[in-house]
Amino acid sequence: MSRRGWTMAAVLVPLLVLFAWVAFRSGPLASTNVTVAQVETRRIAPAMFGIGTVEARYTQKVGPTAAGRVTMVAVDVGDMVKAGQLLAQIDPIDLDQRIDAAAGGTARSAALEQAAAALIADATARVALARSQAERTEQLKKSGWVTNALVDQRRQELAAAQAGLVAAQANRGAAAMDSSRLGAERAALVEQRSNLRLVAPHAGLVVRRAVEPGTTVVAGQSVVEIIDPAQLWINARFDQTQSAGLAAGLPVRIALRSRPDAPISGTIERVEPMADALTEEVLAKARFTVTGTLPSIGELAEVTVALPAGAATLAVPNAAVHRVDGATGVWVIRDGDLDFVTVKLGVQDLGGWVQVLAGLAAGDRIVVHSAKALKASSRFSIVDALP
Amino acid sequence: MISLAGRDILHGWGKYMLTGVGLGLLIGVTLSMAGVYRGMVDDAQALLDNSQADLWVVQKDTLGPYAEPSNLAEDSERPIQAMRGVAQAAGVTYLTMQIAHGDEDVRVMVVGAEMGAPGLPGQPTHLVAGRHIVRGHYEAVADVKSGFAIGDRVKVRRNFYTIVGLTSRMVSSGGDPMLFLSLKDAQAAQFQKDSDAILRQRARIAASPQLNPPGNPAVSQAVNAVQSENNNVNAVLVTLSPNAQPDEVAAAIRRWQRLTVYTRAQMEEILVDKLIANSARQIAMFLVILSIVSAAIVAFIIYTMTIGKIREIAVLKLIGTRDRTIAWMILQQALGLGLIGFVVGKIAASLWAPFFPKYVLLLPADSIRGFFAVMLICTLASVLAIQAALKVDPAEAIGG
Repeated sequence: MSRRGWTMAAVLVPLLVLFAWVAFRSGPLASTNVTVAQVETRRIAPAMFGIGTVEARYTQKVGPTAAGRVTMVAVDVGDMVKAGQLLAQIDPIDLDQRIDAAAGGTARSAALEQAAAALIADATARVALARSQAERTEQLKKSGWVTNALVDQRRQELAAAQAGLVAAQANRGAAAMDSSRLGAERAALVEQRSNLRLVAPHAGLVVRRAVEPGTTVVAGQSVVEIIDPAQLWINARFDQTQSAGLAAGLPVRIALRSRPDAPISGTIERVEPMADALTEEVLAKARFTVTGTLPSIGELAEVTVALPAGAATLAVPNAAVHRVDGATGVWVIRDGDLDFVTVKLGVQDLGGWVQVLAGLAAGDRIVVHSAKALKASSRFSIVDALP
Repeated sequence: MISLAGRDILHGWGKYMLTGVGLGLLIGVTLSMAGVYRGMVDDAQALLDNSQADLWVVQKDTLGPYAEPSNLAEDSERPIQAMRGVAQAAGVTYLTMQIAHGDEDVRVMVVGAEMGAPGLPGQPTHLVAGRHIVRGHYEAVADVKSGFAIGDRVKVRRNFYTIVGLTSRMVSSGGDPMLFLSLKDAQAAQFQKDSDAILRQRARIAASPQLNPPGNPAVSQAVNAVQSENNNVNAVLVTLSPNAQPDEVAAAIRRWQRLTVYTRAQMEEILVDKLIANSARQIAMFLVILSIVSAAIVAFIIYTMTIGKIREIAVLKLIGTRDRTIAWMILQQALGLGLIGFVVGKIAASLWAPFFPKYVLLLPADSIRGFFAVMLICTLASVLAIQAALKVDPAEAIGG
């Protein structure tokens, strides 16, 4: 061949090769790169992942039982209080005066009781006099010294004296009752007075001082909130689809939002019997022991529950699972062809391995990643890694 | 018989090749432009393919969720799930936003899909690396185009998400890469306000006598709680059981759920004819002009090439070459030029296509159509040149 011929070949041949390469290696005609893996036998340790907030197990909202004005708040947020310690005081208004009035009433009723006792003594003396006079008159009558009319008069005097004694005794009873009523009334007022002193029902940490002195509060409104800092838990929420096996007593790992790299261990205290129907979540409480500084109440936390690993079963990466024409399955490479095999899946772990209950055998070569969605007719070439 | 055209080309083959390459680059631009248009349509179709849905249930009387905003309650999927012909129904949210990637911003479409079971509509169809989302929160799968790698932590609104998987060709109709989150995370990202806004909202509620009546502090708390709830989705994606008719199921949902439903064909129409209509027409117009300009340039090149050889043609006529032979020679040369141009153009377009920021789809059918168009244009262009060649006076060979 001439030199010109060689030069032409040197230009045309690479051009044609390049053309053939771009026509079949790029665009829709190109084969799809895939990575493959073998179906493995491994122990799947399913895990659940939920989020929640730090909450105090016991929160006491201390407030008055009746409307009133706060005169004094003795504690501030962050204070540790003992059981029975005074937290706040509600204005008693006229309560002290009413207690004083009740005390006066009690003294007066005691005097009345005394007067009634004196009257009984007087009535008793009258009865004795009337009786002796009546008896004497009866004897004189037998001797015929007095008239019947006088006897009747003496008898009537005795009966009147006896009635007077009964009346005096009744008076004393009434006075005694009155005295005890006034005593009880006073005791009630004193009790009410002490009810206006808001005291800590438990030892704990003051987390909220809701009102300041001078504020009028309604019955039941909280003035001070106290928690037990030793009893904190996470109110965690788990997606219902991933909550199978969640039970009390399971160990959990808690990562607080403020310290994501220092997880705390805890346990599931209880799984709430009521799930949240709206958010489709299961609620559970995860208890943990606080070490170091107290986490903020209401802080967001991630809760990971690890279930015990089951027996070794077949497993595939979840990236290999696809849904084709309504069936869940994986692409298996058999004799260099793609074959969509329907599988039955079990539990999955947080590493993305999913248990295969039926459909595959150990050692089957399956497609894990693919550059495009695959079809049974897709041309493919196996690579180590994509993209 | 020796080929007259071949002889002539060999005579100045370098010049001929360079002309062909120049022409080829022009054809490459035209093919790329067609690829840009096809890529645009394909982006829209990819969005529909990737959602794996047969029906889109959206807020009543909206063109949602891609072309218009649409909001409906998350639990509206349940009555739909119970309807005859429906295999699966899953809520989905879409939100296009800028997220930080290192020092730069990436524009992504955040997709919230239900992650309960593999293959639910809305989930990524395939992965190129990593795994699907397993945890209910704080994991994400990103399209490779976003530039994220596995293990990266991205901030969406208030929370950080770890990239656990990568996918490809999962883009919005505008070509923005998708970022898949679990539905609850995406709802939070879409509907949750920032801390400042929440604080101001609380203050506003506290200041309103209706929402914060004196003596009843529980009312404002309840109002705050109501306002921070977010259980909406943008659409419910529905897949049908094998024998169900899309139009019938859509009509039933429309009638009984009082919601707007689109079938795949209708959704395609919305995306292609409404959402990208203007930009697509713009590209199509440009493609037409480019084709006309290319045709004109091919015609001029062949014409000037022929005129440049006018003396040789006159000699051929002088020695008694038939007109048909001369015409055939010019046509052959024009077609050869077209062939070289097409090959170079196809190579060039394929090589530079991956560097376009948006997807460029070079369909083989388009290439074949392009090939015939180039050949037709070359044939028509050579007519002009042939006419000029046949008109030449043989005397010019000696006269000059």
